[in-house]
Amino acid sequence: MTHWIIAPVVLPALLAPFIVLAARYHIGIQRVFSVAGVLSLIAIAAGLAWQASDGTIILYQLSDWAAPFGIVLVGDRLSTLMILLTAVLALFVILYAIGSGWDKRGWHFHALFQFQLMGIMGAFLTGDVFNLFVFFEVLLIASYGLMIHGGGNLRLRAGVQYVLFNLLGSTLFLFALGAIYAETGTLNMADLAQRVALIDPAESVGIRIASVMLLLVFAIKAAVVPLHFWLPSSYAEAPAPVAALFAIMTKVGAYAIIRVYTMVFAPDLDVTAGLHGLWLLPAALVSLALGMIGVLAARKLDRLVAFAVIGSMGMVMISISLFTQAGIAAALYYIVHSTLAAAALFLISDLVRAGRAHLNLTAAPPVSGAALTAALFFVAAIAMTGLPPLSGFIGKLMILDAAFGTPLAVWTWAIILSASLISVVGFARAGSVLFWKASAEPLPEEEGQLPVPRPSILSYSAVGGLLALLILHTVFAGPAYRYADATAKQLFDPVPYISKVLGTPGKLSTPKEGH
Amino acid sequence: MELLVASAIGILTAAGIYLVLRLRSFPVIIGMSLLTYAVNVFLFASGRLTVGAPPILGDAATYTDPLPQALVLTAIVISFGMTAVVVMIALGAYLGADDDHVDDQAPPEADLKAEDAT
Repeated sequence: MTHWIIAPVVLPALLAPFIVLAARYHIGIQRVFSVAGVLSLIAIAAGLAWQASDGTIILYQLSDWAAPFGIVLVGDRLSTLMILLTAVLALFVILYAIGSGWDKRGWHFHALFQFQLMGIMGAFLTGDVFNLFVFFEVLLIASYGLMIHGGGNLRLRAGVQYVLFNLLGSTLFLFALGAIYAETGTLNMADLAQRVALIDPAESVGIRIASVMLLLVFAIKAAVVPLHFWLPSSYAEAPAPVAALFAIMTKVGAYAIIRVYTMVFAPDLDVTAGLHGLWLLPAALVSLALGMIGVLAARKLDRLVAFAVIGSMGMVMISISLFTQAGIAAALYYIVHSTLAAAALFLISDLVRAGRAHLNLTAAPPVSGAALTAALFFVAAIAMTGLPPLSGFIGKLMILDAAFGTPLAVWTWAIILSASLISVVGFARAGSVLFWKASAEPLPEEEGQLPVPRPSILSYSAVGGLLALLILHTVFAGPAYRYADATAKQLFDPVPYISKVLGTPGKLSTPKEGH
Repeated sequence: MELLVASAIGILTAAGIYLVLRLRSFPVIIGMSLLTYAVNVFLFASGRLTVGAPPILGDAATYTDPLPQALVLTAIVISFGMTAVVVMIALGAYLGADDDHVDDQAPPEADLKAEDAT
């Protein structure tokens, strides 16, 4: 049993208290440890992804207790892909936070950041639903701290809504877990997959309710309409690097839906048949439409990006809710793309803020260095709206292709295509107001005002790095899609996963009678 | 006993949801804690209700399912911590803005600009 798979959880968990205790007053040391931690996370995640890429399922039994009784961590293609994505995103976000000085505007940015990473990594790796809840809480409690980092009334107010909404989500999660436990007597995902299949369809009321409640919880995390309304304020008011990191948090919801609803409540299962197929696809279509209309209607750049996130989650959910191998593969390709694109856009909106007094989409006098920011915004907007040649376009093609021939194909095609058009108009409007109309405005008269600080080179290179990754994701679309397709194939054949988790011996693997 | 526990969970949940739908932060927080009580009792009941039996696999003829008890312990700790966090943030928002409305009140345009400048 290799111990590497627990390292993505343990390393940030040890690093965060170390940063708080030992390097409390030394921002330089905090930065060094934080970046070093994230770099080693990338190395570990890459190693795990390489190990899992041939279809191996990596199992880790904590304290050697066997699966249905003990806690297990499981790494297959999907989870190692997600932790690698998280680690890479975290590197650019932390570089931006250092470059822009965001980490100095309040206490404990780096420690909270590491705790956040621990929660996200754990949520991707865990093999049972109760630990999924626990890691959700870990990542949420760190995100509460990060969300109000730097203070300010609007941010605190948005923070209250964000915390309350997520608390409601957690309560619903616990209700769902209680109902699942009452019906099946287990919370291990592999064990659940076996036991749910054995439930008599005539006695399926409890498990059907539990399945829908669980789906609602994940839909809250993934910001699917009508459960999206916590997102715009909280993402827009959060500090930009934090919002960029949050780009992966909506994907945790998408990941949980993929994991649980391909393995435990598989689409062809009689007991829970016809529960989510009915409304998940329409809800995803409405999310896409509403997100893109929000892009068009937004009056501030950060709100615009937040609505673009809702729209892109709608796109991911459309593809997931097909529950076919092609659909999941397209969703995985699009998840990687939209995480990077949304993070880049949040960081760019902070670059824009550095030069202007506000983020309102009104013309303002030109500032120095706007050309580079404008170029970055242009590339990121092309990626986000899904125009050729970047990966958004390829991902969209894959989703359209996956939706072809399904009963709602006409609606899906119509909404995806018109939403893309709307988002192109929205981003073009924002870009032209922010960057082109600027030169039509007169320069400010008075010379007495302070010179606007230019963002540092590190900030630009962090954003540039994210965009370079997007371009790589486009250039290597073939291998990336083949990997996503192999992942989807593994998801739809859960037998090796289940037998690996339940078949590996450990303590209590053969419980004796009378003990 | 089943009726008692079930109606307790139901009443706690209903009261919690009612309070959560209020507009001011204090009732909302009380509503949240009622909801977490409800969910804790619900989890406790999810392993079937047994009276007077130990939650340990041992020599006793009957025993209570120990797992929900472990789940409830974790859930209690987490919900307690979360409630503390939300109280702190709500207090901060109240002291900063001098009003404890939970929803977005449309801020005056001047405020918006001042906030962006920071």
